[in-house]
Amino acid sequence: MTEYLTTIGLEFHAELKTKTKIFCSCPTDAGGEPNTHVCPVCLGLPGVLPVLNRHAVELAVMAGLALNCQIAEYSKFDRKNYFYPDLPKGYQVTQYPMPICHDGYIDLPLADGAVRHVRINRIHLEEDAGKLVHSGEHIQDSHYSLPDYNRAAVPLIEIVTEPDITSAEEARNFGESLRLILLYAGVSDVRMEQGSLRCDVNISVRPADSAALGVKVEIKNLNSFRSVYRAIQYEEQRQRELLAGGGSVVQETRLWDEASGETRAMRSKEDAHDYRYFPEPDLVPVVIDAAWLAEIAEKLPELPAARQQRFESELGLSHYDAGQLVISPPLARFFDAVYTLFPEAKTVANWLLGDISRLLNESDAELDAVPLDASEFAYLLSEVKKGAINQASAKTVLEEMFRQGGKAAEIIAAHGFAQISDSGALQAQVEQVLIANAQPVADYRAGKKAALGFLVGQVMKQTRGQANPAMVRELLEKALESEN
Amino acid sequence: MSERRIISRDDAEHVARLAHLRFTEAEMTDCMEKLGSILEYMQELQKIDTTGVAPTTHVLPLTNVFRADEPGETLPRERALANAPAREGGSFKVPRII
Repeated sequence: MTEYLTTIGLEFHAELKTKTKIFCSCPTDAGGEPNTHVCPVCLGLPGVLPVLNRHAVELAVMAGLALNCQIAEYSKFDRKNYFYPDLPKGYQVTQYPMPICHDGYIDLPLADGAVRHVRINRIHLEEDAGKLVHSGEHIQDSHYSLPDYNRAAVPLIEIVTEPDITSAEEARNFGESLRLILLYAGVSDVRMEQGSLRCDVNISVRPADSAALGVKVEIKNLNSFRSVYRAIQYEEQRQRELLAGGGSVVQETRLWDEASGETRAMRSKEDAHDYRYFPEPDLVPVVIDAAWLAEIAEKLPELPAARQQRFESELGLSHYDAGQLVISPPLARFFDAVYTLFPEAKTVANWLLGDISRLLNESDAELDAVPLDASEFAYLLSEVKKGAINQASAKTVLEEMFRQGGKAAEIIAAHGFAQISDSGALQAQVEQVLIANAQPVADYRAGKKAALGFLVGQVMKQTRGQANPAMVRELLEKALESEN
Repeated sequence: MSERRIISRDDAEHVARLAHLRFTEAEMTDCMEKLGSILEYMQELQKIDTTGVAPTTHVLPLTNVFRADEPGETLPRERALANAPAREGGSFKVPRII
């Protein structure tokens, strides 16, 4: 049987986190009534002049730096011409021959410990299109469309990889890595389900003994990395079967159908791509000099790989624990905030990945959206360490702070959780227990050391669980040995 | 006008199709001639030796014209839709595509 190799390149569109559109001051907030976040510029009315949003440029450069790209000192905008009613102007403003970032990469760790070096060809700035609402049940039987231009001209970056990816698994991992990097860099919300991050796949298959790449197919309508994975597996199989049966692959765009788990032909490439790009005369070129570049680089936060490295080598966390924290920026930020005040990395990580993660799962919330305060949590941990409160009580205090916020000290006091660690007070309790339990005391002194556990239990019971058990044990031992 | 056809009939029809334009036979002949003379002029320009001349990417001697990322006024929806040939509710209404 012939062996086949798969070659995959990915294209991402990420909405930049700006307050306003790329060439006008309309707000980018989602959820407005249709056609209320529009103005003459983004509606493409005659005689208007677009002006570039400086923050969008900075975010694109940050994305480039985070993805190891070269930043172009000089870049410019072009018009991509096509007629589709989601574009009010009849063209999309984008960057064609001179993108703002180029030649980057992500080093993707593979399951076998090796690394896949996936090159990024380019990142360019462009405007998003509007949203078309179609009449009828399906687009095929709709009679007309209702364009909503609230999304038109929201700033996007398009990120294009080289065809360096070889499997569905790698494509999914690459997407997840890229998503996390953009999230850490703070350039985009990267919510695939809401469309602020989109991914298209270019895929071809060829016999292993053939040097030339096969005919590539583009897959669109992928709304999660799970869809990316499934669509690649489906398409890989479809193309292999075509080739094995003596057929050939047609260069085309196919749509992923989530429900049926299949890709379907949408349009063939030849008639779709004649965009007649030309320079956008209304926008002047962008020059990013060394000083501006340095200023932007300065603002770039710590990225996932650096944070993972720091958690492991500086703080001594295991690779697994560090990875579990890094994958959630709110969790990792909270970890850092707590660690500054309570510098015992392993203990903090255990609480975060244990009880706090459980509470987050139960409430389906993100850590930055709950009232739990990092400094109050650090205080709670230090009280546990001092022995001022026991582990079980601490969990109750944590749950209360998680749900309602508040100060650890007040919650401990309100519940009477303060552990008795005053040796004078405990000594009195110990003496009472020794008098009341003559038989176990005698047993212990006769050599039955297990009796100690019973006596500790009695002191705990007498203090309603608030005695510091380690101190009780110590005091009991001292008393039992000395009077022997 | 030149005897040579600089633009072929196929190219002209292709360009018209991309621009969503329909022409009568006479209009098409006229367009081909006019387009041809523009392209002929371009051919003249292409004769100039540009060795060592940096490509022009923009005609204005300006770079880095920006606006701050501050929300401004939007158009009231009634005004945004005022010129729409057809509308439904708060939206423009256009013929179905595909």
